[in-house]
Amino acid sequence: MEGDLVQMGAYIGAGLACIGMGGAGIGVGHVAGNYLSGALRNPSAAPGQTAFLFIGIAFAEALGIFSFLVALLLMFAV
Amino acid sequence: MADANGGLNIRPMDQFEVRPLFGGDTVGMFTITNVTLWMALAVVSVVLLMVVGSRGRALVPTRSQSVAELTYSFIYKMVEDVSGKDAVRFFPYVMTIFLFVFFSNVLGLIPFAFTPTSHIAVTAVLALAVFITVTVLGFVLHGTSFLKLFWVDSAPLALRPVLALIELISYFVRPVSHSIRLAGAMMAGHAVAKVFAGFAAALGAAFFIPILAVTALYALELLVAVIQAYVFTILTCVYLKDALHPHH
Amino acid sequence: MAEPNGNAPGMPQLDFSTFPNQILWLVVTLVVIYLILSRVALPRIGSVLAERAGTISNDIAAAETYKQQAAEAEAAYNRALEEARAAAHKVIEQARADIQADLDAAIAKADAEIAARAAESEQKIAAIRESATEAVSQVAEDAAQEILTAFGVKADAKAVSTAVAERLKGGTA
Repeated sequence: MEGDLVQMGAYIGAGLACIGMGGAGIGVGHVAGNYLSGALRNPSAAPGQTAFLFIGIAFAEALGIFSFLVALLLMFAV
Repeated sequence: MADANGGLNIRPMDQFEVRPLFGGDTVGMFTITNVTLWMALAVVSVVLLMVVGSRGRALVPTRSQSVAELTYSFIYKMVEDVSGKDAVRFFPYVMTIFLFVFFSNVLGLIPFAFTPTSHIAVTAVLALAVFITVTVLGFVLHGTSFLKLFWVDSAPLALRPVLALIELISYFVRPVSHSIRLAGAMMAGHAVAKVFAGFAAALGAAFFIPILAVTALYALELLVAVIQAYVFTILTCVYLKDALHPHH
Repeated sequence: MAEPNGNAPGMPQLDFSTFPNQILWLVVTLVVIYLILSRVALPRIGSVLAERAGTISNDIAAAETYKQQAAEAEAAYNRALEEARAAAHKVIEQARADIQADLDAAIAKADAEIAARAAESEQKIAAIRESATEAVSQVAEDAAQEILTAFGVKADAKAVSTAVAERLKGGTA
């Protein structure tokens, strides 16, 4: 087998870091679902709040991208 | 699954390499690279849409002119709604950021293209420009009272220092998340597309399954490219609002 | 997945030797886009949009004016119609009054004529009746005289006429 223990650890860590993206998925789903339920209750107010929807999704998504970045760093840069 | 080389030989990160366009191996500061090419194409797209498209100045707009006008009023309304009426003087700045990010993202989806916004160096400069602009503007407009942004008056007195610390940290994390969100989303999408394309090469007869997946992924990536440009711009507007009206 | 290729860093994004190049071209690009937008594109599109908004509001104002004019014209038309109707009514009324007056005069005249003729006729009838009564009594007297003469009675003329008048009166009474 080529490689060493450090590289193995890095790959395992990269895989573990990807779990964090699931959290981002939960977060984005939460934001979008709550927006939709609010929009169905009061459809007339929905168009004015799409900006906040995207801002919320962006904040939730950023954390998932952080974990993706950690995975990439472990695979390619460590 | 394995090809002749033994094992999958997909190199998803190669597409992000900065290469000199006209020979040579070293990338100096003034080398003409693929970064230059694709940024120049973004400029050409901006000129085509906003200058050539609106050339007619028609009262009843042609198709390209109405696209240019829609883009204009979309960003104008965003600046006005999110940052307030007095933020309209920053409209060309916000528009520049939006159009650059938008065209970089979308042009990067062309096969074999290079995506400038997938590079942290590029997005970090964009985000830092926004961060520095906002911070300097806040202190110029409001002096030291800009620091009240971190001092939450509505919270109990005992909690305020803790909140101030949290607000301060989150303020300085802004450019980091602002830049990494864009670069990460672009990088992730392109890397995934490349990985699936590599599967198609490796699978032989069943090549069409990954190709279908790549097709679906491209639709998603187009959506992501547009939404990331929108998000980058709207966050710029949100930060601008903090600088113009910190007492909210 | 790809393995790190030898000594070069695996992520091109973290290859710091390309950073000055990227940042330089990024700044150049942003400045160029900013200049294009702020000098040419945005003022042009802004002016076109403002012009269109102005044209639309002008047209709406013009349409409003035209609408008002149409309403005024309709009101004037209605007023004229009303006046014409009133004038016609007056003319009709006048004509009716005139005719009525003429008619009244004619009726009065006719009445008067009829009254005059009736009176005349009555007079004539009265005269005729008078003469007829006279003639009847004359005839009766003559007849009575003749009858008496035929019977051979010498009758006093005066007594005969008195008796005849007596009988005539009783007969008519």
